[in-house]
Amino acid sequence: MLEKSPPPLRELFMGFLSVGMFGFGGVLPWTRRMIVEQRQWLSPVEFNDMLALCQFLPGPNVINLSGALGYRWYGWAGAITCFTGLMFAPMVIIIGLGMLYARIGGHPSVQHAFAGLSAAASAMVIATALKIAAPLLKRPFALVMVAVTFVAVAVLRLPMLYVVLACAPLSILLLARMEK
Amino acid sequence: MSLLPINPDLIDLATIYAQLSLLAFGGGNSILPEMQRQIVDVHHWMTAREFVSLYAIAQAAPGPNMLVATLIGWQVAGLSGALVATFAISWPSSLLTIAVSSVWFRFREARWRRLVQTGIVPVTVGLVMAGAALLTQTTASSWGLLGLTLVATIVFLRTKLHPLIVLAIATALGASGLLS
Repeated sequence: MLEKSPPPLRELFMGFLSVGMFGFGGVLPWTRRMIVEQRQWLSPVEFNDMLALCQFLPGPNVINLSGALGYRWYGWAGAITCFTGLMFAPMVIIIGLGMLYARIGGHPSVQHAFAGLSAAASAMVIATALKIAAPLLKRPFALVMVAVTFVAVAVLRLPMLYVVLACAPLSILLLARMEK
Repeated sequence: MSLLPINPDLIDLATIYAQLSLLAFGGGNSILPEMQRQIVDVHHWMTAREFVSLYAIAQAAPGPNMLVATLIGWQVAGLSGALVATFAISWPSSLLTIAVSSVWFRFREARWRRLVQTGIVPVTVGLVMAGAALLTQTTASSWGLLGLTLVATIVFLRTKLHPLIVLAIATALGASGLLS
């Protein structure tokens, strides 16, 4: 397979900077558009392959992807360049918003506004949960694992580390058994 | 000022977020309950309401949704806290991704890889549902706000309206004071 020559470091930085600045409501669609369509650093297949790795492993997917992509072309310098490009603008913006909140957050009308914003943020997580739960409806054992995890974390408030160490292997074993 | 050369809160932030980085299966929302448990219940750095407000700010801002870590770090220990939390949530999983990416092609078609990836989904769903329940418990402080969450959930699931528009409308409704 013929490897294209890698984009210069400066371009990597600028590409991820644009994703970080405009990536409202989740950065993945923007990252894909930038890497595959606009700058054509990777083919759709290469991108999906890399994304599959980042989704398989834990951690923030796009941050993992930026590090792995930069490392692939320029080693540590590339990984740090892509990471900094992706995070720089959002960090500045979010700290600015945090400072603003600290200054005016105590004001009653601002608190009311935040009550509304937070109620919608809850809705976002509920919607995400329902979307990823939908494909499980046909698998009763999976639903049992959902319930066990939910009760352990939301009701019993057990530490996540223990819940994951117990539930994840069990869930995988159950699936392997069912498929045999 | 503490006599210690390093603020102990920074060490706690680094430990908490490094662990969360490696536990975040299925992206950022799965670690929401554990983040809240550590920040609010274990370390008492802020109230559940403040935690939810910061989470809501991070949802409304551009960039990866993990930026809630930056904001919480900033709130706990200023700029150094923001940097420590951001690096801790990002780098453990990124290093893992970089390490695995060179051998990924060997097992991306393997049966066990698919089993692990599919098998872990119920746990992720349970975690995200737990996060949704805990958030809603805090944000639904009145019938009006609970209603807003339910309506917004339906909007997120049934329409293609941009999430930012929904967040903006919810903020305005909240600011009107009619829901609280």
